[in-house]
Amino acid sequence: MTVALNGEDTGKKIAEAIPGSVVSGDKNSLIVESKSLLQVAEYLKNTPGMEFDYLTVVTAVDFMEYFEVVYRLVSMKNNQSLMLKTRVFDRVNPTIPSVTGLWRAAYYQEREIFDLFGIKFEGHPYLKRLLLWEGFEGYPLRRDYL
Amino acid sequence: MEIIRPEVFTPQESDIAEGKLINSFIANCTSQYSDPDKWLDEEIHRNILLTTVDTAVAWARQRSIFPLIFGTACCAFEMIAASGPRFDLSRFGMDIIRFSPRQADVMMITGTITWKMATAARMIYDQMPEPKWVIAVGACAISGGTFRESYSVVPGVNRIMPVDVYVPGCPPRPEAMIYGINRLHAKIVKGTIDNPNLSLK
Repeated sequence: MTVALNGEDTGKKIAEAIPGSVVSGDKNSLIVESKSLLQVAEYLKNTPGMEFDYLTVVTAVDFMEYFEVVYRLVSMKNNQSLMLKTRVFDRVNPTIPSVTGLWRAAYYQEREIFDLFGIKFEGHPYLKRLLLWEGFEGYPLRRDYL
Repeated sequence: MEIIRPEVFTPQESDIAEGKLINSFIANCTSQYSDPDKWLDEEIHRNILLTTVDTAVAWARQRSIFPLIFGTACCAFEMIAASGPRFDLSRFGMDIIRFSPRQADVMMITGTITWKMATAARMIYDQMPEPKWVIAVGACAISGGTFRESYSVVPGVNRIMPVDVYVPGCPPRPEAMIYGINRLHAKIVKGTIDNPNLSLK
């Protein structure tokens, strides 16, 4: 059984390595600043003892005040998992760095989030609509859509 | 003729039993069957059937409908069940399911159609040769169903193509689909050569 890592303990380790990157961490998840998301992701992938080599899902949630992008990471080697979250407060032009360079699995799911939430992923190799057609107005999964 | 079944299946004994079977078969097949023309009723040879061309053509059309499947959602599985041996669409001449619109007569839309899929559905409908019919199966195809208010679902396929028969249900059982096909048969019989799509009244 995969062991879910405690976000608080992992957050302390990350805060030592990359100062100012962690917002908060609790039993289930770890919330980081969107600016340092790429640094944290690289740290989680390459540090011995972490080695999260498998990204199972990327998804986003609209909380009206901010968007929360959720990454669920699994380490095949150490048999552990981590819920990594980041928040974007800009509703007009939300932008966060893409993790496609680290985990190829994020390619289509980031395109889907871009299509349905309008969150732009900087550094994505081919950020284009996935499900809806060109010319569709609005972002259907935002809570203020209808 | 009694069929001898070997009770013990050693190779030697089954060969002997097979030999007995063949010998008894040869002993029974001494006389020839006569030509069927000699023993069929002579009345059958004298029959002349009179009908109109419209009726004959409608009869032929009705009994060899090639369906084009357009299964986009769960209703497709009911259609698969209907074409299986239990419900057996072959009884209505619909056993040859076509995947090319150019060889199909009736398009069965089974499932939700999104606006992105609607262009493809309309293109396939346009490629079908006349005469052609459309059966809309299930709540989603008829009216959009539970997704009617959605941003991406067509609220009823009759927005994009004319529909002849609506089969309601979510999803409809294969019996309902067969009833819908029966109604389509009733509609085809009403048609003529010039106008195969006469409405059912």
